[in-house]
Amino acid sequence: MANQEDIALMGHLLRRASFGASRAEIEAKAAQGYNAVVEEMLSPAAQPPIDEDIMMRYHPAYNHSAAIETNVQQWLYRMTNSPRQLQEKMALFWHMIFCAGHSKIDSGEEMSRMIAMFREHGMGNFENLLLKLSTFAGMMYYLDNTESHKVALNENYGRELLELFSLGVGKDNEFNYSENDVKACARAFTGWNAAPAYPPFPHGRSPWEFRFDPADHDDSEKTFLGQTGRWNGDDIINIICKQPATARYIARHMYDFFVADEVPVPSWRQTPPKDVAAINLLEKAYFDSGYDITAMLRVLFTSDFFKAPAVRYARVKSPAELVASILRMTGEHYGDVQPGLFEISQEPKYMGMDLMNPPTVEGWHTGHEWIDSGTLVERINFAAEYLGRTDLPGVQDIINRLMARGERLSPEAFVDGCMDMLGCLNMSDDTRRELVAHAQRDGELRHGTDAERAAFTRRCGEMFQMLAATAEFQFC
Amino acid sequence: MAKDNVFAVLSLSGGNDGLNTVIPYTNSLYRQYRPTLGIPEDKVIPLNDELGLYPAMGPLKKYWDEGKLAIFLGIGYPHPSYSHFRSMDIWHTCEPDKVGVDGWLGQAIKEFDPNAENVLTGVNYGRGLPRALAKEGVPVASVGNLDTYGLLTGIDGQDQRAQALDVFSRMYSPSVGRGYAIDYIRRTGTDALKGADILTTAPAKYTSKVTYNNTAVGQYMKNIAQTHLAGFGTRVLYTTSPYNSFDTHASQMAAHDKLWTDVSSTVDTFFTDLRDHQASDNVLLFMFSEFGRRISDNGSGTDHGAAGVAFAVGEKVKGGLYGEYPSLEPSKQEEGGNLKHNMDFRSVYATILEDWMGLNPTSIIGGNFEKVRFL
Repeated sequence: MANQEDIALMGHLLRRASFGASRAEIEAKAAQGYNAVVEEMLSPAAQPPIDEDIMMRYHPAYNHSAAIETNVQQWLYRMTNSPRQLQEKMALFWHMIFCAGHSKIDSGEEMSRMIAMFREHGMGNFENLLLKLSTFAGMMYYLDNTESHKVALNENYGRELLELFSLGVGKDNEFNYSENDVKACARAFTGWNAAPAYPPFPHGRSPWEFRFDPADHDDSEKTFLGQTGRWNGDDIINIICKQPATARYIARHMYDFFVADEVPVPSWRQTPPKDVAAINLLEKAYFDSGYDITAMLRVLFTSDFFKAPAVRYARVKSPAELVASILRMTGEHYGDVQPGLFEISQEPKYMGMDLMNPPTVEGWHTGHEWIDSGTLVERINFAAEYLGRTDLPGVQDIINRLMARGERLSPEAFVDGCMDMLGCLNMSDDTRRELVAHAQRDGELRHGTDAERAAFTRRCGEMFQMLAATAEFQFC
Repeated sequence: MAKDNVFAVLSLSGGNDGLNTVIPYTNSLYRQYRPTLGIPEDKVIPLNDELGLYPAMGPLKKYWDEGKLAIFLGIGYPHPSYSHFRSMDIWHTCEPDKVGVDGWLGQAIKEFDPNAENVLTGVNYGRGLPRALAKEGVPVASVGNLDTYGLLTGIDGQDQRAQALDVFSRMYSPSVGRGYAIDYIRRTGTDALKGADILTTAPAKYTSKVTYNNTAVGQYMKNIAQTHLAGFGTRVLYTTSPYNSFDTHASQMAAHDKLWTDVSSTVDTFFTDLRDHQASDNVLLFMFSEFGRRISDNGSGTDHGAAGVAFAVGEKVKGGLYGEYPSLEPSKQEEGGNLKHNMDFRSVYATILEDWMGLNPTSIIGGNFEKVRFL
């Protein structure tokens, strides 16, 4: 039987390694044991995949859809429903680092294919992932490598591969590469290109294809990070992966995404990691495993630095996390295929996260920068709308659990119970005091008679909405 | 005291067909390229011997006759993008060559109100913030529906909601030292509540003799009028026609007619409303689209194009045609059968920023562009 701390820790794990969970699931997983659940999440193939047949039957438009909105909707459906939650979370993780966007790519299907590539390879070997990325036609186009030629170099992909996708600008106050390294890198990637597209008529658009053009490849000798040879792109990736800077960069991103909000990426050269020891553990896992992402995740989720109370609620939820976790917690669009998902899939955009279309190659500004007066209104109203719907299965279940806590609940016990059930154990004293004062107006809660049950239910709905409106609820 | 100038934008999302908006009705090439969608000469509302407005634009012609409608011909930018997203981004950020982050109006709002003292300096109608208004540290209210805007709108019952908002305001009372992020969120929540509280008083303060179209454009322009008339100190007001509504690839004849009937009559209603309230003097309305459409029709509609037309309406506008109508000659077209731009949209922005808003345009639009003397 899981105790309160087991449940709290499982809630933390599921908020981070998955898109949240219903209370019933949190308790069931807590009973299963923490390490067993981590291992299960680390092996997505051991769990059933999402039922694609159901998706296609109810949303035939999912099939090779060019419209970006349909693809975003499909992704939100996966975030909410995939049994392989960590895999889906890792697809989001890489999408937020390896940024390419629909504003330029102009094909929802290409964006979905890129996300699918992150889904398939995002928990494997990092060198392989970089190779997949560098042979992804959409990325070659997004970062102008299609415009980079042996005789006319375009440095965009070469630079961003180093600056944003692997090494980072610098660490420990040093620079990780020079401008000459950028040029050498870009030269090595000349000829890494996209095949000409088939005409879209009459059969519609076809998927883009990567093509290596040896005639357009600069095969001459290059010196990259101190090593000289006739490097091609895959040699460059091989050298990149050996660098301590790469281990640091990926480790820091993982810490930022799974553990606690870090300072923005551009300050990583001068600002040391929040938790150097944690980063060192992740770096070691990177090298010990031969760049295996899953090995790093295993260290992350099983280490004390992840479980520590200090890092719980130390991240501001991204809009995608907020929306998907509300759906999972309340049971709306979870399991059953229902109409109305399209409108919900627009919500992250209203909250400042236009999925599949990050603002620039540098990605979204995260942490407290998710929030401004406009996006906060959207976040609160969305969460409050669903948590206030006491007919939803997840909400009903929570209310039943609160009722099961006793025949009568004092206002204090009621507020604490609601906070516990919604996984908001981070309420500050002054916030809690206001909520208790509000609950005290209507006195203690009972559920013996039908009228009492109705009042209990109504007050739960109201309290959940107020919890959704707190500053603390913005964190996970 | 002179009132501050106010700038309003109606973005025509989807790529308006400029060629059938301001029509070169006597040009024989127009007839050749538009066998299906050509507007008969006797239906066009002539502006001069060569150009005329689309037939449904009668209500706008009134402002032309008054000398208060400026029309920007051949407006666009070099190396046009035919992607809705990318091209709209370029108009929003003035960054045609790289992906920009800050919107031009977000930067303008920042200059008006550097410390974000008025949370309503910029207001957008429609959900989700257009990139034009985005700038870190600039609060812009984005209002899907002014009548129901606010926090915790899902709580049933006025008393319950009032109580909840009361609790909210106390939960968000400023804190210091609880951690940067939570202190920041509490400040932001207080701003949001303040903004919503003020903004939602606008409809009750408003009375009017006019009736706006019951369309998204009509209702959002009404909200813009309500916000302006309420005197909240709002300097930038923005709205967008329904997403990609002007993207008329097929059945354009009926769709384009409906769109311009709505837009023209709404603009007329808007200015009539402001004039009735003696509040039109300090308002400039700008209408644009991310691109024009292909010169040749495709038998039913038109595909994405390059240069288009834009409009400015206002009491201080010097009405007239600005720029040259792009040539329809095959040798003078933009590649792929499109109109070639001869006026950079940043020239119009430079004029608006400097001569209307009193700001230095150079850093906002990323360079020096010759102004278009329409103000």
